[in-house]
Amino acid sequence: MPETAIAIRGLTKAFGRNAVLRGIDLDLPAGQVTVLMGANGAGKSTLVKVLCGVHRADAGEVRLEGRPFAPASPAAALRAGVVTVHQNINDGVVPDLDVASNLLLDALAERRDIFLNARAMREEARRIAAAVGLEIDVTRPVAGLTLADRQLVAIARAMARRPKLLILDEPTSSLSLTEAQRLFALVDRLRSEGVAILYISHRMSDIRRLADRIVSMRDGQISGLSETKPLDYAGAVRAMLGHEITEVDITIPPPGRPVLEAEGLQLRAEALAFDLTLREGEVVAITGLVGSGKSELAAVLFGLQPPVAGRLTLDGRAFAPGSPGQAVASGVFLSAKDRRTNAVIPDFDIQKNLTLPFTRRYSGLLSLMRRAAERAAADRAIVDMGVVCQGPRDGIMTLSGGNQQKVVVGRWLAEASRLLILDEPFQGVDIQARRDICRRIRDSAPTRTTLVLCAEIDEALEVADRILVMSEHRLAGSHRNEDIDLNLLMAQVAGTLSGAAQSMEEYA
Amino acid sequence: MKPETSLADLAIRYGFLLLMAGLIVVFAIARPAFVSPQSAVFILQSVAITGILALGVTATLVVDGFDLSIGAVATSAMMLSAYVMVVWEMGAVAAVVLCLALGAAVGLINGLLIVKMRVPDLLATLGMMFLLVGLQRIPTEGNSISTGMVLSDGRNATGTFAPEFLMLGRYRIDFILPDLVPLSVVFLLAIAVLVWVFLEKTRHGRVMYAIGSNAQASALAGINVAGYRVLAYVISGVMASIGGILLSARLGRGDVASGNNLLLDSVAAALIGFAVLGAAKPNAFGTAVGALFVGILLQGLTMLNAPYYTQDFIKGAVLVVALVFTFALSGRTGRARG
Repeated sequence: MPETAIAIRGLTKAFGRNAVLRGIDLDLPAGQVTVLMGANGAGKSTLVKVLCGVHRADAGEVRLEGRPFAPASPAAALRAGVVTVHQNINDGVVPDLDVASNLLLDALAERRDIFLNARAMREEARRIAAAVGLEIDVTRPVAGLTLADRQLVAIARAMARRPKLLILDEPTSSLSLTEAQRLFALVDRLRSEGVAILYISHRMSDIRRLADRIVSMRDGQISGLSETKPLDYAGAVRAMLGHEITEVDITIPPPGRPVLEAEGLQLRAEALAFDLTLREGEVVAITGLVGSGKSELAAVLFGLQPPVAGRLTLDGRAFAPGSPGQAVASGVFLSAKDRRTNAVIPDFDIQKNLTLPFTRRYSGLLSLMRRAAERAAADRAIVDMGVVCQGPRDGIMTLSGGNQQKVVVGRWLAEASRLLILDEPFQGVDIQARRDICRRIRDSAPTRTTLVLCAEIDEALEVADRILVMSEHRLAGSHRNEDIDLNLLMAQVAGTLSGAAQSMEEYA
Repeated sequence: MKPETSLADLAIRYGFLLLMAGLIVVFAIARPAFVSPQSAVFILQSVAITGILALGVTATLVVDGFDLSIGAVATSAMMLSAYVMVVWEMGAVAAVVLCLALGAAVGLINGLLIVKMRVPDLLATLGMMFLLVGLQRIPTEGNSISTGMVLSDGRNATGTFAPEFLMLGRYRIDFILPDLVPLSVVFLLAIAVLVWVFLEKTRHGRVMYAIGSNAQASALAGINVAGYRVLAYVISGVMASIGGILLSARLGRGDVASGNNLLLDSVAAALIGFAVLGAAKPNAFGTAVGALFVGILLQGLTMLNAPYYTQDFIKGAVLVVALVFTFALSGRTGRARG
């Protein structure tokens, strides 16, 4: 058994009344890659931020090689030997400086002499780069490097400090396959040098390639641990997504005529093509991990980006929207995920938020808004969605998250559509708001086809007639929402069954 | 709600209007002539041009943009109108139409630079400002334009400003007293009402405010964000050219030295407008009040014989106070650029 680099016991952290970490017990052994999986909001980022000194824990203990470890700042964590490479790689490098200066940045910040010896710096930088197998011209400015090289520079810089724990937060999310390979080779090398590595990722191919152990997090707690080979990937996904039996009362309607048909649709250059048919009256949920291609599918259908290949038809006619405006005009609506950035107009009241996409409907001569018509539409939507508020003129930011979500979803339910896409419509809402939104989606479904994208399987089971699984940017499974084989579905989410996922693995 | 908070709310909502009323009272006590119809009209006339420019800037502020080229557009329109009438010897209608076309074209170019070329708004319009300041002087080799001026080929310019054109800046309408209200004040009021209706009452204005508050969410609601951004700069350019036409008509010549304060005064008016009625956002009514406020202040100070440089200082101080009203006291995160 390898020695434990870092031991976490009973760690808790709350922001206000919101308990994010609820008693984490976790050991990270030296010389092993521990993969951490967890859905959005599970507490992964908070855990990382406690370890790298951004946040302080409320209670609990962390021991680094047996000594208490409670960094007061990121710099203190770094000095103690905990190195973090963040998802946003530009946190780790200074683009305007050359590679050598970046590699020596920490040393530069601590030095007291005024003038720099360029030659000595380059020598030192080359030594650091060579130590991690980074073959790069150290005089090049970092701004001219690819994302992957910047990442390697950030890691090399970190490694110059002989760290005990290296945290990699979704490091491959924007890398190509060959770039990812170089990163994996570096991770292998560091593992063999006895560094404990905490690797956060949703990419099953990365996880299969690197993991010695898999830890799953859910709702601020460790919900699963797999450390004996062969690792239980599907079990890890199940532990991360969880599944409590919710009473589902879904009556599947008879299949209507096709509304949207996709043929040979390809979402990424390296992904496989797939077909998709959505029928009138049905509610179809697509589930899959972060990065499985759900949002890209929505972007293609809503005119935000063209597909790599394939053709779409809407009610039998060719459909190739060039902008969201064109999609809306054709009757294809998208309620976007992440309401704060993609949906809410913070300066507007409830009424103006509700009517935003369809102002034309409530305006008359000279484009003047017809107040009474707009008000009536807003009142109707508030009742339909069950928005809890004083009245339609309340500011949107005075509402709770769940009620804000009802408003931005209700915005698209107020008008008849042919295809309604809801990307994570239950994101950050409480159980009651989720029920309300779900009921409203299903009640209004017969006259259109509805596509709901959700990472949580519970949500899919609660809302859909049919559940599709996406993995590696293509459809990996289809299930009628009756006596679903959840183990099969989880395995498809994890990508362990599909031939495509296996072939993806070959690059490793 | 606790009484303290409601008092603070009242201060934020009506503080600026109270300040303006207080200012009028102080000036009226110090100089009784301050409160006469003539004085009121003089104030309105002095703010007519900056007010119209400020209403244009307001349109760009609404979509979270900024237009620094308005002063240069106005002086370019002034020079163009003089050139059209004095050198080309064309009529008033041609001069007005060409000036409006110039404003619209500059606005369109600004908008396309920002939307298509992705040049940051401040830089794009700053560049356009420098360009226009130079361009407007090229045809006359840096000289002002007036009847009888010597052209580069040695001839004397024989054209004159059309009387109808001069009326735009000089004609006064009988209102209560004979010859009281200048036509330019009527233009200001009409344009203020039009811009207010456009921004507050039409769906286009609604959508522009949505873009200013959250452009990405607006795009995902199917709104043509780029199109509305360009429209805002076209509105701004056209407003600035109207200001230039009125300036030219008032001066009766194409004066290279005039219009220096147009940009700063109108931007100040639009930003002071944020504080009016606690709006904390660009709005046409606030901008009009802001322009009026600047006018009252300057007229009062002039009547008190304050030197011109103290006037600039006080203008700046008022702007800072107004911004504090808007952002610190109302406690909202500023939507204006930081």
